[in-house]
Amino acid sequence: MSEGTLYDKVWDEHAVTTLPTGQTQLFVGLHLIHEVTSPQAFGMLRERDMEVAFPDRTHATVDHIVPTADQSRPYADDAAEEMMSELEENVRAAGIDFSDPTTGDQGIVHVIGPEQGLTQPGMTIVCGDSHTSTHGAFGALAFGIGTSQIRDVLATGCIAMEKQKVRKIEVTGELGDGVEAKDVILEIIRRLGTDGGVGYVYEYAGEAIESLGMEGRMSICNMSIEGGARAGYVNPDETTYEWLAETDAFRDDPEKFERLKPYWESVRSDEDAEYDDVVTIDGNELEPVVTWGTTPGQGVGITQPIPAPEDLPEDKRDTARRAQEHMRVTPGETMQGYPIDVAFLGSCTNARLADLRRAARLVKGRKVHEDVRAMVVPGSQRVQRAAEEEGLKDIFEEAGFEWRNAGCSMCLGMNEDQLQGDEACASSSNRNFVGRQGSKDGRTVLMNPRMVVAAAINGEVTDVREMKEVNVA
Amino acid sequence: MTASTDEIPEVDYVSGTGIPIRGNDIDTDQIIPARFMKVVTFDGLGQFAFFDLRFDDDDEPKEHPMNEDRFKESSVMVVNANFGCGSSREHAPQALMRWGIDAIVGESFAEIFAGNCLALGIPTVTADHETISELQEWVEENPHGEIDVDVEAETVTYGGTTVDVTVDDAQRKALVDGVWDTTALMKSNAGAVREKADSLPYIASDD
Repeated sequence: MSEGTLYDKVWDEHAVTTLPTGQTQLFVGLHLIHEVTSPQAFGMLRERDMEVAFPDRTHATVDHIVPTADQSRPYADDAAEEMMSELEENVRAAGIDFSDPTTGDQGIVHVIGPEQGLTQPGMTIVCGDSHTSTHGAFGALAFGIGTSQIRDVLATGCIAMEKQKVRKIEVTGELGDGVEAKDVILEIIRRLGTDGGVGYVYEYAGEAIESLGMEGRMSICNMSIEGGARAGYVNPDETTYEWLAETDAFRDDPEKFERLKPYWESVRSDEDAEYDDVVTIDGNELEPVVTWGTTPGQGVGITQPIPAPEDLPEDKRDTARRAQEHMRVTPGETMQGYPIDVAFLGSCTNARLADLRRAARLVKGRKVHEDVRAMVVPGSQRVQRAAEEEGLKDIFEEAGFEWRNAGCSMCLGMNEDQLQGDEACASSSNRNFVGRQGSKDGRTVLMNPRMVVAAAINGEVTDVREMKEVNVA
Repeated sequence: MTASTDEIPEVDYVSGTGIPIRGNDIDTDQIIPARFMKVVTFDGLGQFAFFDLRFDDDDEPKEHPMNEDRFKESSVMVVNANFGCGSSREHAPQALMRWGIDAIVGESFAEIFAGNCLALGIPTVTADHETISELQEWVEENPHGEIDVDVEAETVTYGGTTVDVTVDDAQRKALVDGVWDTTALMKSNAGAVREKADSLPYIASDD
């Protein structure tokens, strides 16, 4: 059993009691809700004549179904309009703050929480969305839940849970040029497997992690769930505090910041903390990673050959064969040169301002390949505004990218942004499951945002390290 | 207002015929594609379970166990490793339950999926690869054969064979004692919850 880790401390701080099932009743410090997984939970509450217990610890946004082109109401899609109306009514009746599109604060739930300072170290955070692990980047204990559990949290402010084990993943050294946080997490999942983290919470540590900004840490924690770990976190440090100080929560209240800082410091894992498992990865050796298959664990370094199914462990072979047939890739070859039809720069993994800035530097002075449909979907309205003010929108549009409004968009194709037929997509999102991007024959290749740009420009998967930034400042 | 726990049935035992769904890493996007989630209730999701694997572009049935007459009445699904990985959507187990599934036996399950199943009173019990493969083969040959999933004893019995399976401790206790509806259970501790909330630094500092 782990001891003295951030996970142990935050868990203990929030434990209310032990339930007859042996599970812990854990208090939830922040409950984020959105339009897809919450309406049924509000319905269950009404059936039982229950009220929302902690409306002031709850915050809503709309992201999954929101159109990213024409957002005028009512939405063109009746089903989307119904879901939005239902959410509006539910939050109004319960008195829950709602970052709806008219506030200018709307966006993907895992982008707006951190940017508004709702997400803080040492909190327990849940949301009916598996990528809630993102918020662990701030040293919070954050995980996705199902709709019946949303009902639990709405009704009681708590969740019933069993304690998990903690695996420390230490990424040593320094990431090379062109290698990003996204590549680190794709490599972790490739090595440990899509189910390697089941039963574990991941603590990401080591110089390569500590030297990342908050956006990079979020990209890594975001995909913990793709490795089977329901939650992942990074210990809070000065980088975390610098971000927090600039958020709505603390910008005008430095005293509150100072009052809370000792708590944030206190939840950091102890130097002599005990872990259930420790894995070390040499960050110096990493290169950009792309997926060749239909699970996030089926990744490969950009210069490395796609593995032959027979060279994989026995339990991975069938899945690999089916994936290679679907993706139409050949073992022994690299992914370089794999033709793409669509480039998607967006999602809760990689649509923050720092992601768009980095990508834009590579776009400058270039054009999207004539056979490629490319789009940028900012993670939030704030990211969108900031990017427009900085001129990033112009850079992307001049190159031939479509510039959209904020939402989940083509990450999961619940709005009009979908792959058609067997289109192949270079995507900065988090899942390459069959059918994920809206077409069951669609083919998704996951990669970092600059690799998406490189693919958009060349019309094929490209090693971004071979492309220089064109200096047209 | 607290709901009575009297209405929560105990699920110590599930019996029914089986249906094999083969393959590792079957994700929740396959179990229920996102386009069927544009709904505000779970009603009617059963018909969309595994939709893209069951139907072609013209909505014509494809070869899939869930389309076969012999498995139409099945209630025990037999799956392989990391079943239910990916999204947290409860729509996935809701769709399976509404199709007719009461229990799932597999090599392993993704955590959020298993938690969602528990919230619906659906046991997710595990056994090793060989045991599962043999059970899947038996189900293929005996589509009308009864499978007994004994949650309390942690066994699965079929065709005169009884094998040991594993049920997570909390899940077993919750199902067998009928305390898998955690809302009422946790609601009864409202006083302690309020106290806990008020003791947290980040909530106290709001005052």
